[in-house]
Amino acid sequence: MSSAGGQRPAANRMTLQTFKARLGGASKGFKLLKKKRDALKSRFQALLKDIVDTKLKVGESLKDGAFALAKAHYASSGDDIASSIVERAKKPSVTTKMYPDNVAGVSIPVFKVLRNASQEAIAHTMGVGSGGAVLNATRDTYLKAVECIVQLASLQTAFHTLDEEIKMTSRRVNALEYVLIPRIEDIIHYITQEMDEQAREEFFRVKKVVEKKKVKLAKEKEQAEKNEAAIDAPSILQKKDADIVF
Amino acid sequence: MVKTKFVTQSDMKIGLIGDEDTVTGMLLAGIGHVDGQGKKNFLVVDSKVHIKDIEEHFHELTARKDISMILITQDCAELIRRAVDEFSHSAQMIPTVLEIPSKDTPYDPRKDGVMQRVAFFMPSAMASLGVEI
Repeated sequence: MSSAGGQRPAANRMTLQTFKARLGGASKGFKLLKKKRDALKSRFQALLKDIVDTKLKVGESLKDGAFALAKAHYASSGDDIASSIVERAKKPSVTTKMYPDNVAGVSIPVFKVLRNASQEAIAHTMGVGSGGAVLNATRDTYLKAVECIVQLASLQTAFHTLDEEIKMTSRRVNALEYVLIPRIEDIIHYITQEMDEQAREEFFRVKKVVEKKKVKLAKEKEQAEKNEAAIDAPSILQKKDADIVF
Repeated sequence: MVKTKFVTQSDMKIGLIGDEDTVTGMLLAGIGHVDGQGKKNFLVVDSKVHIKDIEEHFHELTARKDISMILITQDCAELIRRAVDEFSHSAQMIPTVLEIPSKDTPYDPRKDGVMQRVAFFMPSAMASLGVEI
């Protein structure tokens, strides 16, 4: 009797029924949550490998980008392209779209790159004087890098969300398995025990009553017999008296 | 433990904090955004920028609703490591903070909070990124 907290429910058939129903509900919930946790975990494991791979890819693409940028610097021969690019930034031509994805009932945000061609046109005019083609090549390299990065961002957010969700689900599963279900089982055990005890008491009581009744009946019978015997006692009137002649 | 429901949202920008070359490259790709008040979604970090300014900009970016992810080069992340870690441990999922390698310093997955967590579940992760634990 571990953790019923002192107060016990009334031991009768009705409470037993409610607790049995609760036990059924709890074990069903436990099974479902366990399934959910396993589904999340399998997805999580698949994510890990993807994250490492994409991380490597991002590193590579940024390295390519840095190299391309160095080439662009060289091609533009002295023009400070960096500051002119920073100055030109006004409206993004690359934006992301976020939409939810569903994994075992958990909504996970997924990012997607959106490109706006009309905004890109502004960038095309840059570096027309010198090294425009190289600059465009650099732009493409960086666009690829951005795509990789956005993919990595999706994976990373999914990783975070799943991590939290798995923690939460495991906590629930463990709470059900080690606290709630044992507690309900405990109470059911207590109630059945108590009801058995009551039944035994009742049986014993009935037995006692019957015994007493038997004794009483026996006594009454004896008394009655005695009475009858008393009645049967020969009356003096019926006795033959030798002295009476007629 | 906030149960967040993600809704579809488009036209989200990418925040960026990094050295000049990284920022230039990314802006060239077209992620730069400057709004009417001259507020930028990127920050060029050089020797003149104060750490406090980086941190302030980082918080500003995390508070914005139209930012889906914040790219931060690892050496900048190192400067404001406390703020980055604090954000990644909070319940807020959007924006996502991504640590990217910068041009000058090689990427070290041991410093990246996400990679630490990944390596916790997958011990071979660090090795495949070329780092001994």
